[in-house]
Amino acid sequence: MSELIISSSPHIRSNDSSRRIMIHVLVALLPATLSAYIYFGVRSLVLTAVSIAACVISEYGIRKLLKRDMTIQDMSAVVTGWLLALNLPPQLPVWMAVFGGFLAIVLVKQLFGGIGQNFMNPALTARVILLISFAGPMTRWAIRGDGADLITTATPLALLKEAGGRVLPDMPKYIDLLLGNVGGCIGETSALALLLGGLYLLVQRVISPVIPLSFLGMTLLFTWAAGGPSGIFTGDGLYHILSGGILLGAFFMATDYSTSPITTRGKWIMGVGCGLLTGVIRLFAGYPEGVSFAILIMNILVPLIDRYTLPKPFGTPKKGGGTAHA
Amino acid sequence: MHGKKWVNKGVHPSHHKGTHDCMSQKITLPDRILMPMQQHIGAPCRLLVARGDRVKVGQLLGKAEKYVSAHVHSSVSGTVSGITALMFPAGNRVETVEIIPDGLQEMWEGISRPKHSTPEEFLQAVADSGLVGLGGAGFPAHVKLKAPPGKKTELLVVNSAECEPYITSDYRECMENAEGIIDGIQQILDHLSIPQAIIGIEDNKPEAVHKLRKLIQKDPRITVQILKTRYPQGAEKMLIYSLTGRKVPAGGLPLDVGIVVMNVNSVSFLSSYLSTGIPLITRRVTVDGNIVARPGNAVVPLGTPVGRVFEFCGGFTREPAKIIMGGPMMGTALYSLDMPVMKYTNALLAFDAKAADRGKETSCIRCGRCVEVCPMDLIPAAINQAALREDVDQLLRLGSINCIECGCCSYICPAARNLAHSMRLAKWQLKKASAKEGSVQ
Repeated sequence: MSELIISSSPHIRSNDSSRRIMIHVLVALLPATLSAYIYFGVRSLVLTAVSIAACVISEYGIRKLLKRDMTIQDMSAVVTGWLLALNLPPQLPVWMAVFGGFLAIVLVKQLFGGIGQNFMNPALTARVILLISFAGPMTRWAIRGDGADLITTATPLALLKEAGGRVLPDMPKYIDLLLGNVGGCIGETSALALLLGGLYLLVQRVISPVIPLSFLGMTLLFTWAAGGPSGIFTGDGLYHILSGGILLGAFFMATDYSTSPITTRGKWIMGVGCGLLTGVIRLFAGYPEGVSFAILIMNILVPLIDRYTLPKPFGTPKKGGGTAHA
Repeated sequence: MHGKKWVNKGVHPSHHKGTHDCMSQKITLPDRILMPMQQHIGAPCRLLVARGDRVKVGQLLGKAEKYVSAHVHSSVSGTVSGITALMFPAGNRVETVEIIPDGLQEMWEGISRPKHSTPEEFLQAVADSGLVGLGGAGFPAHVKLKAPPGKKTELLVVNSAECEPYITSDYRECMENAEGIIDGIQQILDHLSIPQAIIGIEDNKPEAVHKLRKLIQKDPRITVQILKTRYPQGAEKMLIYSLTGRKVPAGGLPLDVGIVVMNVNSVSFLSSYLSTGIPLITRRVTVDGNIVARPGNAVVPLGTPVGRVFEFCGGFTREPAKIIMGGPMMGTALYSLDMPVMKYTNALLAFDAKAADRGKETSCIRCGRCVEVCPMDLIPAAINQAALREDVDQLLRLGSINCIECGCCSYICPAARNLAHSMRLAKWQLKKASAKEGSVQ
């Protein structure tokens, strides 16, 4: 008889794997990608493919260079590339997407140790670096007009900011926000597609509902309370959470495992923090949109949040504090 | 219904209770018996026999001399052929008596119905029986039952949750010997003046519930409570919380909340011991796994080599890669089929290489699933990292010592990290560090 395997219990494992989780995320991104194709044309798909390729090749190269185990099979680089593309304007020069993918994987993810070790969201950090480096191309929005050509437009949030928080008759309607018939990044415009993808993630238990709910809820409340044209509690909070990158951010970016708190209490803090910061930036800062900055700021706070939301072990007295150790 | 909260935690592995309806079958005598002097938590026994001695069924082979320890009796009549130091899976060696059975199964003259009219006599009888927790933990029963001065036992919890996959040994006891279970409970309640008892059973065993409920109609002290099927429902602390809403304090024992927990097989064994005086020398073992030809429940003389038990169940259909003593969540992987069945062996499982493969360990992705499932509210991922860098301060801060080693974290981990193992590592590091500290002072 051959030798028996000796190992510590448990001896069985659920059939979940990191790769499976990543594939669920990819499935959840399909509706938003489809909507992008409808409103922004085939270029959105090209940009997505290029961004994914850039991320996977970067990961392959850097792992080889650093002589580490190959990790591209876990599909996380595909997720990063895809998410990055969905956070880019549809007409961005292709080489900028390549550069973004390289930054996301090499600078933000792998140089900090790879999957699970990076402290900022790779796709979002790359997007913000691109935004600051190439402010023009990164804020030029276009949408498919009556013909096949794209026509230049502004994002709903920019219009809203210009109008002082008032939803004017010539601005996109709720239905446009739901379907994605507005200017914006490739994957952020269709609220419906994103909600569908988010729902899929929730049903598959890939993410917990805490961060999306608290994030969206807080932004809704804040923009309703402080974003109105005629004083307090006159803002259109719903318009706010249906436009811009907030749905993409709340379901797909703020819930990123590596860069969000591990405890439920921590997740509430993360969501509320993101929601509040998004509201503040949208209403009071120079940019019309603040989701990326909000999430990245909260990313940096995650180790601190984890530290202060450490749950007490079962059976530890409520009062008295300290950690139980026999 | 108490304690719903923890039930959101834990995991739900496939039951694999294929041996559910397999009547227990007595295995034929093996040609060799190995009796380790330590088949329990606590100190090993003092060896009473030597090579060449003839022993009989029920004869004392090893005497428990420390407070936390349990006697070891011979399960066969035969000749002591040697005393060895058997290596256990943990790497330690235990003094072990090897006996060649003569097939006569002659009873030892010393066996008689124990006297048990006072609580002291009752506890002495429990100690004499050699009983340890038959649910798998192997804690000496007489130690558990003895309430320390100043503390009173208010409730006996009888554990029939059997939350581990595959194992049906408790269930079979409920089906085949419900009377014995109830009698055992009543004896314990009577002799130790414990006012009430609750039998906890998971909701996937309705026949057992029915059977036991029928028998307790006349005894208002005993109730059967149905538990949600969830692993680790049968873990002492979780079970107590589910049944009573009481939380055993961190680092404490069930007695701290006035409770004693015993396995169903343990209480029914006590019933039989009190009427026959035959000590713990056989037990029921569930034999299963994906390569066992005829899975079933076998009644096995203690000390029988596990290979012999598998043979009794038709042997293997494919090459075994992993042999587990106990359940797949908390059991021990054996290095050899020559290891003996011991008092706490509730199951023997055999798996081929494919089923034994837990997957390659990859980097933690911080998904938080281990945190979601940990019934003790720990952060296994963080403890894993702290243990790997031997950060004792951090291990202390993270409350690692509270881990009950149920294995939920490793079970659920998508990166196949050996989290439960690092919990053990963590406890060991903490122990080492505190010993060091002690020696400095």
